[in-house]
Amino acid sequence: MDLLAFARGAAMQWATTIFVVGVLWRLVGILLLRTKPDLSKPRIAGKWKGLRLIALRSWPRKEFLGGAAFTEVMGYVFHIGFLVALFFYLPHILFFTDVFRGLFGVTFKGIFGFAWPTLPGGLIYFASAVSVAALIAVLIHRLVNPVKRLISNFDDYFSWFVTFAPIVTGMLAYSHIGAPYQTLLALHLLSVQLLMIWFPFGKLMHAFTIFAARGSTGMLFERKGATL
Amino acid sequence: MSATPIDEKHPLELDAARVSVKKPEVRFDVQGEMPDRERVQKAMQNFVKDFGRTAAIYMESCIHCGMCAEACHFYEVSHDPKHTPIWKLEPFKQAYKREYGPFAWIYRTLNLKHKVTVDELQQWQELLYDSCTVCGRCSLICPMGIDIASLVSQARHGMFQAGLVPHELWAVAERGAREGSPLGATPKVFKDRVEWLADDHEIDIPLDKPKADVVVTMSSIEIMKYPDSIVATAKIMNHLGVSWTFRSDGYEATNFGLLSGNAGWQKQMTMKIIDAAIAAGAKTVVLPECGHAYTALRWMGANMLGKPLPFEVQHIAEFLADNVQSGKLKLRKVGKSVTFHDPCQIVRRGGAIEAPRIVLEALGVDLREMEPGKGLNWCCGGGGGVVTIHRADPLRYKVYQLKMEQIEKTGAEVAVTTCANCRQTFDDGQAHFKSDREMGSLLELVAENLAE
Repeated sequence: MDLLAFARGAAMQWATTIFVVGVLWRLVGILLLRTKPDLSKPRIAGKWKGLRLIALRSWPRKEFLGGAAFTEVMGYVFHIGFLVALFFYLPHILFFTDVFRGLFGVTFKGIFGFAWPTLPGGLIYFASAVSVAALIAVLIHRLVNPVKRLISNFDDYFSWFVTFAPIVTGMLAYSHIGAPYQTLLALHLLSVQLLMIWFPFGKLMHAFTIFAARGSTGMLFERKGATL
Repeated sequence: MSATPIDEKHPLELDAARVSVKKPEVRFDVQGEMPDRERVQKAMQNFVKDFGRTAAIYMESCIHCGMCAEACHFYEVSHDPKHTPIWKLEPFKQAYKREYGPFAWIYRTLNLKHKVTVDELQQWQELLYDSCTVCGRCSLICPMGIDIASLVSQARHGMFQAGLVPHELWAVAERGAREGSPLGATPKVFKDRVEWLADDHEIDIPLDKPKADVVVTMSSIEIMKYPDSIVATAKIMNHLGVSWTFRSDGYEATNFGLLSGNAGWQKQMTMKIIDAAIAAGAKTVVLPECGHAYTALRWMGANMLGKPLPFEVQHIAEFLADNVQSGKLKLRKVGKSVTFHDPCQIVRRGGAIEAPRIVLEALGVDLREMEPGKGLNWCCGGGGGVVTIHRADPLRYKVYQLKMEQIEKTGAEVAVTTCANCRQTFDDGQAHFKSDREMGSLLELVAENLAE
């Protein structure tokens, strides 16, 4: 079996299985924990309004922006570049279409009446490059900033690596640099699978827990009328 | 009451300007005798004891962005990375991953997270107690929405059971549980004070009325250091003509069980007030100018009782604001510029943001808000029991300076607050820096300006 066939076959199946089972295990392990009811009389009825913290906390208050601006801006630059490349590059769309069809028996177009839009390869390449630049910037910041350096552990650096690798290998595969295309594509797929395998175990899970954490705090604070 | 060994080892100076232990040396404090392994085990067991879904979500969500440092007053003045709020929980994060999280079995099997040692916990004592007022400012910046302050409180539960609490805090909490008041304001002392103040000020101060609509509580700092607050409260209550009383079986709202991390003592202290209020048939319990007393009864009292409280709980500022708004409380105009220090537990975390401002408006003051103010205010530095810990003084005084700069910038003639612990912290800072800027009480300002 050659590398690409392995990446497309067994590796993808194992990575997907570990990703799905791992994410569910971790989420269920947290969400099934009991929570004692809060019996205090709420100041504000309708604690669900507190869910607005999910949106509110997407940008820091002006009082905090001074020291947090770099981390916030770089975070947004990375995430936007990464998501643009992930969801608007034609080969990725074709892959997701296959997955979608396999899961639901229909295509996205079959349900919604229009195809998922794609962006030109050059634009995707640019978005990826911006994302890589942001990742390098945050890594340097993590290494030189005394606070970040102190609180960082293996998870931070490995999560950085498994995020960085798929973007870089994807850019190399797109531009056919350094090795035959099939090898680069296999490396790209394997790097994505590494990310999928690591995802449930490390801090990449914040993609899910961010909503639960912000929502929980929002509801708890809202019923007290506390500052969100 | 007999003295405990801890009292003999570290006698409290109850007559000092603030409660203190004589000549405390720099140290890592340890209470009780137990093997190190048991100490660590107790710390971790009690950390996760009430670990519900929300706390677990928090523990699983940190992305180590370090932004919480930007919100912490201790980091702001020290720029020492160890004062990063989430770092204060590091041993507990390790222990959670290893012992409790969904993948704990992997961490343990592969030994990916080391076992926390008693040495680490001892070193973290300073971070969890001396340099955290549980003010919750960090909880407002976390991009994940983690309420870091609530996790610090939970970690304190573990530290207390492991006997790893700063002595002063342990001693006052223990005294509170044993005598009914952390500063020696026992029922007898309280009764004597009430009688003395009633005679001295020729004012009626009802005590132990069997039935009353309103049961009023005080903090031990007010009883022992600011007794004028008792007189001010009585003046206002009598002026309003409400049916009210102090109860010698439930007058002390200070709850060092909460601050030190002893959930059992916390419940014991809270239940005294609840039982007294129920016995009096009270419709309302009014809490004093005390930050953590508000948290302990207003937001945690029902959970201690195990069912909703059969009465309303109001901070004195909320009680005053309601009476201002209903037109029952009329006040003379003060005609001065005033700035208001927002106590963290009442305003930021307690939600009583507008009540003091309604009262100040009724007093006709030129209110000059601090920047940042309201829920974003800088803490005075003495909350969460920090003001009792002497070895914390050097850092706390720097935090105090940060606060004072904020106050001075307003240019206000008068500064007031609604927390006696904040006042005590200001008084101490004032004495340390030989400053003449006083932090007054909103309650006393109201009592001085009642319109006949």
